[in-house]
Amino acid sequence: MAIVFEKPHALCDVPMHYCPGCTHGIVHRLLCEVIDEMGIEGDTIGVCPVGCSVFAYNYFNCDMIEAPHGRAPAVATGVKRSNPDKFVFTYQGDGDLAAIGTAETVHVGARGENIVVIFINNTIYGMTGGQMAPTTIPGQVTQTTPFGRDTALAGHPIRVCEMMATLSGTALAQRVAVDTVPHIRETKKAIRKAFENQKEKRGLSIVEILSTCPTNWGLSPLDAIKRLQDECIPYYPLGVYKDVTAEGGDK
Amino acid sequence: MTYDILLAGFGGQGILFAGKLLAYCALIDGKELSWLPSYGPEMRGGTCNCSVCISDEPIGSPLVLTPDLLIALNQPSFDKFIGTVREGGKAFIDSTLVETKSDRTDIECHYVPATQMETDANLPKAANIILLGKLLKETGMFSEETVRQALEKCIPPKRAHLIDNNLRAIKMGQEA
Amino acid sequence: MKGNEALAEAAIRAGCKCFFGYPITPQTELAAYMAKRMNKEGGVFLQAESEIAAINMVLGAASTGVRAMTSSSSPGISLKSEGISYMAGSDVPAVIINVQRGGPGLGGIQPSQADYWQATKANGHGDFQLLVYAPCSVQEMVDMVVKAFDTADKYRVPAMILADGLLGQMMEPVSFPEINPNAVDKSSWATTGHGNKRAHNIVNSLYINATDLEDVVRERYERYAKIEANETDAELYQTEDADVLVCAYGATARVVKSAVNAARAEGIKAGMFRPKTLWPFPKKELNEAAKNASKLLCVEMSMGQMVDDIKLAINCSKPVSFFGRTGGVIPTPAEVLSEIKTLAAQAE
Repeated sequence: MAIVFEKPHALCDVPMHYCPGCTHGIVHRLLCEVIDEMGIEGDTIGVCPVGCSVFAYNYFNCDMIEAPHGRAPAVATGVKRSNPDKFVFTYQGDGDLAAIGTAETVHVGARGENIVVIFINNTIYGMTGGQMAPTTIPGQVTQTTPFGRDTALAGHPIRVCEMMATLSGTALAQRVAVDTVPHIRETKKAIRKAFENQKEKRGLSIVEILSTCPTNWGLSPLDAIKRLQDECIPYYPLGVYKDVTAEGGDK
Repeated sequence: MTYDILLAGFGGQGILFAGKLLAYCALIDGKELSWLPSYGPEMRGGTCNCSVCISDEPIGSPLVLTPDLLIALNQPSFDKFIGTVREGGKAFIDSTLVETKSDRTDIECHYVPATQMETDANLPKAANIILLGKLLKETGMFSEETVRQALEKCIPPKRAHLIDNNLRAIKMGQEA
Repeated sequence: MKGNEALAEAAIRAGCKCFFGYPITPQTELAAYMAKRMNKEGGVFLQAESEIAAINMVLGAASTGVRAMTSSSSPGISLKSEGISYMAGSDVPAVIINVQRGGPGLGGIQPSQADYWQATKANGHGDFQLLVYAPCSVQEMVDMVVKAFDTADKYRVPAMILADGLLGQMMEPVSFPEINPNAVDKSSWATTGHGNKRAHNIVNSLYINATDLEDVVRERYERYAKIEANETDAELYQTEDADVLVCAYGATARVVKSAVNAARAEGIKAGMFRPKTLWPFPKKELNEAAKNASKLLCVEMSMGQMVDDIKLAINCSKPVSFFGRTGGVIPTPAEVLSEIKTLAAQAE
């Protein structure tokens, strides 16, 4: 009998620690499918910092480095600069990338580091138990915004792709989501484009993936998908914010 | 032979360069040496000084607090350091910029109007080297050939034309 | 050659392929020298956006097995502490230079030795040690950079050169010996891409299971024990018959040596003990140096940090007094001589 669906080779055959309904699993799979399809697992080094994806070194079959909180882009810079022919990616959450690691993130864009940044935006700190993230939407209730995020008190969210698109070294800044099959297909295409950019030495590619956190949102997986569609996508519009390979490129 | 030398003036007067020249002379003559700049937040105009130790023995502390030889290129440096010169030591003072005279009788003070001389000779920024010339004359520390070789080491090849200017300045100091 | 430049040149000759830095006085010449040389030598020089980024770039490069280095001065080293702890916890070898200046806070920019505790006890969180080398001349800076790279690789631990502003800024004659860096096979752990030839390598400091973490830390401490047994180094100067033993490291030891010579000239039996490795601390060497001494004096450019290790190393068997200048003030030979004389008088 023909096998019509199997686990990508780049994905380790181990149980994952992610909560039921969490979309990390989908993104892991998409990333590994791209690595398989490009045949680059043996030449890829992944960097995962602190956050829910901190254990990703157990899930990806390529060589992996676990970085300090927020520092994955700097660690990846060190890897890539000393191994320019290898593929290097980071896999970061919103707190990691847009709060503690903002400087590192901005500067890999400014320098045009030839790496791929996979950015999981679920508008909340997951691992530490549901605190406000830099991307928490105004009004959203979290442990540290118990009455909803009040922008007068807690400031405004950061729209990362829009910000990264302004930097000269950014080759691709694209926001996608993993709520529907068409969106998941789009996400995989974006990840593939990011790795192709790295192959062609075009500079920094960042793929922002709107994701769910059913546990910390306090919703069922299905309701979490619904919130992603009703609240997150309107606040963080999907699309290509910069693509140096496209005609007229920027959104 | 052991010399603890202190060179002091404003930033931009070539204090560090003059010190470096002495250090290279020592290197060429196979002496032990150290060169230590003062460093501060300002790049120009602030006070600047430089310690150079030259000896036949290994150098202990490279920081010169009681110099055998002092080059003072401005009034604040003169005021600050003239009292620290060791008994029997020598001081070389730019009398264009330093208006006062020392009343110490236990040291030799040489007053050379170096800044005026550089202007007269149209040799910009040579006061440091003119005083150095005087120092070399009074101490006999290094031969003319050593100094020439040291200049060739200190001055990058693309500015080689400055070597002759420096040799002129040294000669002016020696004859002053 | 300036101390800072000598450090850089020695690193290049020791096979350092990547330098990541951030400007701070008084170590900036090192980065400038690297910027001139490194890319020409087929290596990597990159000015990072912060000290934090720089140390993490070192972590990334060193994780792939290449020799990598960063340099900074005291406030910048505090920022690097996080990355240093991660490197220690991930067994990633690299070299970190600290050209110390006065502190705490922004402090000053003049030479200091106030980061001794930080370097030897707590350069970051967690149970770990750094190899710490303390040069006292420009030549020793060269020799110790090479030694630091080799030893760091050998034991898979980060190493620090603990210098100070005086050594960094000072120019002295220096010679570069023929350097044959020890080539260490790192293929069992380096994350260079597995090339479909082996299982994936993981560089990681996270062990969520407490007993797993304990095992990993204990294994590391076995390596530390080997380092303590094999890698200590010290200079003993006039110690054979010394009654007053003066202990100092780095630039301060130069001042102390002048003072010891002056004391000898006055007939006082003074000697000097200078640790060249601050961790591992040369306890055996100190006890050898102190065997005939009745009193010890520790001199530092700080309020007194190494003095604790001196007391511990001799098990408080003899009185240890302390003289220090801090804030960037360099002690003078005359001051140290006066301390020696006071002690010698008491000893009689």
